Amino acid sequence: MNAPLSSAVTLTGATLVAPVLAVRGLSKAYDGRPILRGLTFDVAPGQSTALIGANGSGKSTLLKCLLRLVEPDAGQMTVLGQDLRGLSARDLRRFRSQVGMVWQRHNLVPRLSALTNVVHGVQSRLSGPRGWFQALAPHPVRDEAMYCLDRVGLADRALTRIDSLSGGQQQRVAIARMLMQRPQLILADEPDASLDPQSGEDVMRLLLALVRQDGLSLLMISHRLEHTLAFSDRILGLAQGGITLDISTARADAAQLRHFFDRAE
Amino acid sequence: MTDFANSPPPFQAPPFQPPQFRPPRFRQRGLLEYAAVLAVLALVVSSIATTAPRFDALGRGVARLFAPSGLLMQMFPPDFSRGGHIAAKLFETFQMALAGSALGLIFAVPFAILATDRLSPHPLIRTGARALIALFRTVPDLVWAIFFIIVVGLGPAAGVMAIMVDKIGFAGRFFAEAMEEADTGPQDALRAIGASRLGIIFSAVFPACLPSFTATSLFALEKSVRGSAALGLVGAGGIGVDLKVAFDLFNYDEALAIILMMLVLVIGVEQASGWIRRRLI
Repeated sequence: MNAPLSSAVTLTGATLVAPVLAVRGLSKAYDGRPILRGLTFDVAPGQSTALIGANGSGKSTLLKCLLRLVEPDAGQMTVLGQDLRGLSARDLRRFRSQVGMVWQRHNLVPRLSALTNVVHGVQSRLSGPRGWFQALAPHPVRDEAMYCLDRVGLADRALTRIDSLSGGQQQRVAIARMLMQRPQLILADEPDASLDPQSGEDVMRLLLALVRQDGLSLLMISHRLEHTLAFSDRILGLAQGGITLDISTARADAAQLRHFFDRAE
Repeated sequence: MTDFANSPPPFQAPPFQPPQFRPPRFRQRGLLEYAAVLAVLALVVSSIATTAPRFDALGRGVARLFAPSGLLMQMFPPDFSRGGHIAAKLFETFQMALAGSALGLIFAVPFAILATDRLSPHPLIRTGARALIALFRTVPDLVWAIFFIIVVGLGPAAGVMAIMVDKIGFAGRFFAEAMEEADTGPQDALRAIGASRLGIIFSAVFPACLPSFTATSLFALEKSVRGSAALGLVGAGGIGVDLKVAFDLFNYDEALAIILMMLVLVIGVEQASGWIRRRLI
């Protein structure tokens, strides 16, 4: 179902479903300048939600707050059933391991092979040298990493260095590393931003296919109108530090959305 | 077909007009800046005047060097009669440099991690690590050698310790700089995955810094080989002891043989490290 959600527990068909992500009154300011002002929204499981808004509207800050890579000033965030306030360093690491993040840039280690970079994803649940390099990884980890690379169509480039791959291939390896985490929720910060239009569309198509296959939830920042309409179930518009648009993609009006993208340029 | 008749007129540049404002060729400086430049110049000139050798004294010294009984004439031809012994001592010098560098580089890594902004667990620890690295780097290796002779006695062990401490200072600084400059993107990505601090260091930081670490390590080895010859002058082992004895006993021809063999060692190590650098980086 694509209906916008407004409460912590929503009706999806005949079943009550708890949201994978519930944000209440989230605020964040940088140097006294408010970026997020009391943000409140939910994300339902299995949904692809696009977050749109002008440059500097706080989209990336919001995503970083959801992983507590940036500490919010106020508000409550419940992600995958965990209240993020007051998590110890150890619990925070365990929480982060369940949330996959795809960045604007691939953020892989360029001098290492695709396989080693994918093996890094296992560090969410396996500490020590076994998760540092593919050569030291146990058989099951190497096999799983190869399976993840196969799912993004790059099993034949497993031992190729990242800096020898194209931009689109690098982003696909980043998605494979994210899959290696076995996440339940994926946050994506303009995963197509650094790619040419064709590669960007391929990456978005792949990401959504994987999300659908595995029944995952996706919250992605989108900067392209056509991708927002093609790859999301629901659209959230961020402006003046709050959610000013919450609409099902099926009912979205391109002209109404263009307003957000025009302001972003 | 293009309708040229209705197309807009081509762009025409406006006629030249002298500019209303001409920027100054040189920046205006204040009196204080001129005074500072003059003070620096005065310091340089006075330093040369008080410490540099006078031309006449320098001329007399050079003439003495080339006189029939002068140092240079007594050095030739070099005496390689004790070549086997010198080669053995040179090998010991090389071993000192290698051991000291290896230990220094190994210990430099944790110091550098603790001195790096993003990786240090606490600002106080970072400040402490930086201060120690600065201390190790600032005190000359000859002074460290004298210090360790007192601690462990005369011989190569003191030399190895001196080289080690010197290399912690040298490599610690460059390793820390390399880690500060490493791309933070992969580190942030691993942090977001839930990787541990050690995982981030080994998975993202070290691989990114490997070329820089390799170059610094090879330079450290070259520096150690050059420096280890001098450590023997204060009794910290290696070929320096033999060189000092040769000079003390006026065996200048043997001293030249030692210097030439040291030259071969240093050039050999530099060539080898250059080759390794080209292969690895």
